[in-house]
Amino acid sequence: MNETIGMFFILMGLFFDFFGCLGLIRLPDVYNRLQASTKCVTLGTCSILFGLFLFKGFTAGGIKAILCIIFLLLTAPVSAHALARGAHKSGVRLWQKSVCDKYAEDNK
Amino acid sequence: MRQMRWIIGLLAILIILLVIIFYPFVSLLEWQSELLKHTFFVLLFCGVFCVLRILKGPTPADRAVAIDILGILILGFCAVLGIPTGRDWYIDIGIAWALQSFISTLALAKYLEGRNFDE
Repeated sequence: MNETIGMFFILMGLFFDFFGCLGLIRLPDVYNRLQASTKCVTLGTCSILFGLFLFKGFTAGGIKAILCIIFLLLTAPVSAHALARGAHKSGVRLWQKSVCDKYAEDNK
Repeated sequence: MRQMRWIIGLLAILIILLVIIFYPFVSLLEWQSELLKHTFFVLLFCGVFCVLRILKGPTPADRAVAIDILGILILGFCAVLGIPTGRDWYIDIGIAWALQSFISTLALAKYLEGRNFDE
């Protein structure tokens, strides 16, 4: 039973990983790509790790998978925020059809 | 449009080559089910997408984003490989890789900011 639910979580993670990487290829802009690919981290890889935890149970490997999930949930938004800030400060333009740019308005 | 066709053809050739190279090695492991075996190849497919973005990306910021995601995908590889082999140290490699990837991403972001380095 545990293995069936773990398999379901792993397949869900693969789904999100695949579409995140497809967004990395297809979307027009750095910020759009960042937005698509951060989903691939939190939902995709964290579900794969949770599936691994369900496969292993409360052994050493399973607890390490939970630790890895906590670490990823803490660090992935920080790195995405830092990358977006660095890209904006290095002067990467937005897409032409973008509606507004609040960060530039705030830092006039 | 013509460039797009070249890229699609290159992608197909790369994926076929990767499957031909990796299939015997992956089949050596004792996978619990066929479905789990194919997850490995889906992750390889995603990795090829990331490498394409690293090669193609117009700005350095694109490349930094793609490198970050490639590190996270390798963590997924480690997690998937930990199930059939039954060895726990694959996830150790994953934790160390996530830490290194986080620090390198922060350094790349600081490098992208450029002029006002100490703020």
